[in-house]
Order: sequence, then structure tokens, then C-alpha cells
Amino acid sequence: MDTTTTEHLADEHTHGGVHDPNAHHSPEEIRKETRKYLVVFFALACLTAITVGVSYLHLESHEAIAIALIIASIKAFLVAGYFMHLLSERKLIYAVLGITVFFFAMLLWGPWNHHYDYFGR
Amino acid sequence: MHLEIPYNVRPRPDTGLYNAKLGIWLFLASEVMLFGALFSSLILLRSGVPHWPHGRDEGLNIPLATLNTLVLIISSVTVVMAWASLRLGDLKKGRIYLSCTLLCAMGFMVIKTIEYMDKFHHHHFPATNNFYAIYFTLTGLHGLHVLGGMIVFAYFIGPGAKMWATEPARFTNRIEVCGLYWHFVDLVWIFLFPILYLL
Repeated sequence: MDTTTTEHLADEHTHGGVHDPNAHHSPEEIRKETRKYLVVFFALACLTAITVGVSYLHLESHEAIAIALIIASIKAFLVAGYFMHLLSERKLIYAVLGITVFFFAMLLWGPWNHHYDYFGR
Repeated sequence: MHLEIPYNVRPRPDTGLYNAKLGIWLFLASEVMLFGALFSSLILLRSGVPHWPHGRDEGLNIPLATLNTLVLIISSVTVVMAWASLRLGDLKKGRIYLSCTLLCAMGFMVIKTIEYMDKFHHHHFPATNNFYAIYFTLTGLHGLHVLGGMIVFAYFIGPGAKMWATEPARFTNRIEVCGLYWHFVDLVWIFLFPILYLL
């Protein structure tokens, strides 16, 4: 490992007391993170296998949809939380995502039970 | 006159983020709405008919799609490992991980092409029915995003890596930003796979 470059990188990420929560980590912390990424990978692979397995159980339509979406949501949480490091991110990004999730939910809620028909009257 | 773009390495005091990072999150927010509109269309089509065809009954290839899911998950790990390697000051390792990501992306596109060819061979086109219309629209748009990611990764493995010699921290940030985009592409597939193929 090039220690000089690592120190240079760490130094570049701090400025005037402002500090990027995901950039300024010691080499040991970064190595610890990489082990976490591998654990998340195995969890995602297992959840994919479970999703496919459940689809062959021939459950009722609403049950199958609920289970598949719950598993997909857990996978999304793992990807967003650990790979996109959203578990330790700046408040501004949470604010941007909060607004996005609200409008995304509105988009999905609209066609459910034909709410658009109501708006069209 | 030399004009330096501000805050491409150091966090901006008021946001606490370097500009590209805030920029990519705003871009991803717009991407959520783009795919959201299509997911909304899928719900509208699906809830508007008494019987919606099952992906398996329509001839979608579940083993190939499962393989593609694993390929994308592996690529998400390799891109985040590339970023970690660069943070440790190891460009060589970072480039190897980026190359693995590019290979996974190519693998995804090859598998998707095999799937598409099989559909066309069986005379299943976007105009065949609503199921195939939304299937081709969603997977096609997702495929275009994969293609976009491949171009970006190829650039950073090749000519774009020159930046490392002069501005390693900025180059590392660039990889973080394209990694965030790539994870989003993975996230979209995580939902597309069960919705189109398994339900």
C-alpha cells in the first residue's frame, strides 16, 4: 500500500472543519468495510435464491406479491445502506431522498384502486 | 486564465458534500421518478385487467434472469471494492475491480441479448400484448442504463485513470459517484426481477 497517497487522500477530504463521513477513514476501517461488503454480497445472493424458491410455492397472488416485495425491499435496504453508504450520510441527501420517496409513493398510489379515475372526474 | 471548479474534492461548507456527490444524488432522484412513472404504468395495466399473465407462463427465462441478478450483485460488490482500493491508494487493484465490474456489465448485456433473441424468435414483440410492451420498455430502459455505465467504466479504466497521477482524491470521488449510479442500476433490477419474472 502506498502510505503517502493514502495520507494525501485522507487530507484532501477534510477542509475547514467540514468532513465527509464516508471519505476520511483509516486504512484499517476501510479494510473492515470491505469485509462488510462481502457479508452483504452473501446476504443478497441468499435473498435472491429465496425469492426464486418462494415463486415456485404457488402461493395466492397477493401473498406472492407481498413476500417478493418484502424480500426485494430488504435487498434494496442492504444495497442502499451499505454499498451506497446511506446509513452514514449527510442530512441534505436524506432530505433529497425524502422528497423523492414521497413523490415516488404518489406515483405508485395513483393507479392503485383506480385513483386516477377519481382525479379524472 | 485558469478557472478551477470548486469543491470537487473538498466538501462544500454549507452542504458538507463535494459537488459531484450532491449532483449524482439529485440525478438519481430524477431517475427514481423516471422509473417510477413506468412502474406506475405497470400497476395501472396490471390492476386494469382481471387476469395478468405470469412471466413464467409468458416464456420468460427465470434461470437466466436469476443469473443476471447475481451478475449485477457481483458487479455492485466489485465497484465498491474498487472505490475502497482507491481510498487505500492502490490504483492497480482499483482498476482490476473496475474491469471486473465492466465484465459483469458486459455479461449482463449478453444474457439480456440472449433473452431478447429468444423472445423475438418466438414472435414476442412489444406490440404483442401489454405484458410484453411493459416488459420490453422497462428492461430496455434498464439495459440502456447498464450500457451507459459500461461506457463510463471503460473510460475510467482507460484514459480517465490518468487523473490519478495528478489528483488521486478527485479520481477516487469520481469512482464513488459512478459507483452510486451503478448501485442504483442494481436497485432497479432488484425490483424488476420479481415483478416481471416471478409474479
